[in-house]
Amino acid sequence: MITPSIAADAKPWRARTETPFVRVTNLTKKFGEVAAVDDISLDIYKGELFCLLGGSGCGKSTLLRMLAGFETPTSGQILIDGQDMANVAANQRPTNMMFQSYALFPHMTVEKNVIYGLLREGVPKVEAQDRVADMLRLVKLDGFAKRKPHQLSGGQQQRVALARSLIKQPKLLLLDEPLGALDKKLREETQFELIKIQEDLGVTFIVVTHDQEEAMTLSTRIGVMDAGKIEQVGEPREIYETPNSKYVADFIGSVNVFDAKVEIAAPDMMRVNADIGPILTEPMSGLTANQTVHVAVRPERIHLSRDKVEADNSMAGVVQEVAYLGNISVYHVVLENGHQIKVSAANSLHDDNPITWDENVFVSWSAAANRVLTR
Amino acid sequence: MKSFLSKLGFSGRGLVIAVPTVWLVAFFLIPFLVVLKISVSEPRIAIPPYAPLWETVNGAIKFNINFENYAYMWEDSLYVNAYLSSVKIAAISTILTLIVGYPMAYYIARSPEPRRSILLLLIVLPFWTSFLLRVYAWIGILKTKGVINHFLLSVGIIDEPIIMMQTDFAVYVGIVYTYLPFMILPLYANLVKLDNSLLEASTDLGAGRVSTFFRITFPLSWPGVLAGSMLVFIPVIGEFVIPTLLGGPDTLMIGKVLWNEYFSNRDWPVASAVAMVMLIVMVIPIMILQNAQNREAKT
Repeated sequence: MITPSIAADAKPWRARTETPFVRVTNLTKKFGEVAAVDDISLDIYKGELFCLLGGSGCGKSTLLRMLAGFETPTSGQILIDGQDMANVAANQRPTNMMFQSYALFPHMTVEKNVIYGLLREGVPKVEAQDRVADMLRLVKLDGFAKRKPHQLSGGQQQRVALARSLIKQPKLLLLDEPLGALDKKLREETQFELIKIQEDLGVTFIVVTHDQEEAMTLSTRIGVMDAGKIEQVGEPREIYETPNSKYVADFIGSVNVFDAKVEIAAPDMMRVNADIGPILTEPMSGLTANQTVHVAVRPERIHLSRDKVEADNSMAGVVQEVAYLGNISVYHVVLENGHQIKVSAANSLHDDNPITWDENVFVSWSAAANRVLTR
Repeated sequence: MKSFLSKLGFSGRGLVIAVPTVWLVAFFLIPFLVVLKISVSEPRIAIPPYAPLWETVNGAIKFNINFENYAYMWEDSLYVNAYLSSVKIAAISTILTLIVGYPMAYYIARSPEPRRSILLLLIVLPFWTSFLLRVYAWIGILKTKGVINHFLLSVGIIDEPIIMMQTDFAVYVGIVYTYLPFMILPLYANLVKLDNSLLEASTDLGAGRVSTFFRITFPLSWPGVLAGSMLVFIPVIGEFVIPTLLGGPDTLMIGKVLWNEYFSNRDWPVASAVAMVMLIVMVIPIMILQNAQNREAKT
């Protein structure tokens, strides 16, 4: 048996030598005067699990629906496996979609739902039934073939929808909020099942989600969308560690963002005047003095201590809030100039004198922890 | 107020149920029993034209219950034929109404909001004028010197007028026209709930438009089809006005027979027996419908 090469390991987007499997060029979709998708270009490689991440109304679902063929682009081009999709109807595309509400046919049994696509394709009934049985085994639903959708739990319905969308062995599977209707615990379990199925079958997945945690868990790469545009495309770690804009930094995880003006932008040293005070950052090219920037720093990159420690940036303040989350605690510290900063720290088992409310503390972080953003 | 009523033994629930109960007893059950009573009495030339159910003859009570009226209906083939003909006309009209009404209901349900309300209004608009007037208007359209013949003659498609009035064709036209809203409205109510993503899912899985319609849309609209069909089928069986005005002498419908029996022959007992049997004929499809709907609800 040949193991399909997994894009998650090969990372073809880094070398850019492979031809992208899905190529979206200058794609725009307008509803009246409003551009739901605004001039997007995007390359997705074979075997990827690509997440389109964004808030509601950012255009991620419209983009997905254009790939499926349910919406016609106003302008731009979609290539799937080298083929232009402009004149290919939805029922002729090499894609299948898993719908947000699952869209299971309520009057049909699980088996009839899953076999539907194969019979429309003209697969002989006996062969189709075998393939359905295999597929139901894959999604752990063997024994449920004769049930109707409303007799199943949410998690089971989700797996029927997945089975139905995978049965035709599409080259590209589009998933619209595939886990959105499940409760948190089931969602976390299902995330890993979804990754396993994706890697076993080697199908390219494009997942639309508004849940940044889900996107981080699932994807090989994430495209963060806002107002019809893609703000940033990258591996989860890239997106988290090196966001390219205030929007992305804010959308993914928790972050402190300070408005600042560049004070010194020398090759060996850089300092900005932020609203909380002067901040030392790593030197960055392309910046000039007095330029308006944002400085983003993750709460877990900041050290909280009772005593002043030697660091690039260090400020005194008072703990105003403590939220205990089990593995970590989140502190809101009010600095001397009245500004507030979020700090998170791992909770250790042996700390019998943890920092608590109203304590005078120091927050300190290195220049490298800062991310200077120009937009 | 509440405590006062409950002291008298009334509960709020009882009061709410009492109103329709009284209504049904006064205007349905009692008249029904009256008709039932007349249907088993003997005809008599008197006012009222039937014998009482019991009489006192020389101090002894004598009952006059007989089923001759029912037996008579079996003997005279007119009645059986009228029933069969009514069921046939009702069945054909129902299918015709469904064929005409389904696309209309589908189109309305798929229309965007402002247009949808206007179209719905247009469907119920004919109810604002008299039903009789509307059927009379069809005479003007269908008659030998009517609108259709005039148009076809002047265009030159035909040389002599087509006879449409006083035929079964005219009856079907009248019935389909009159009962169309009763088909469209339940169908619309069903189709408007149809989840568009189901149709998209069907397309996504490779089905064309026709296949999607017959495999997804139509089966899912089945409750609407059933409800609409019953709303047309049941009253059409007893329809009297349309066959009288538009039909010919050989258009046989039980409603017309019933009318003649009451008002021309003044044979109330036979007319009542006809009415009783008609009720049973109509109850059967209702029971079939309810059975089907119960099964639908269970699966």
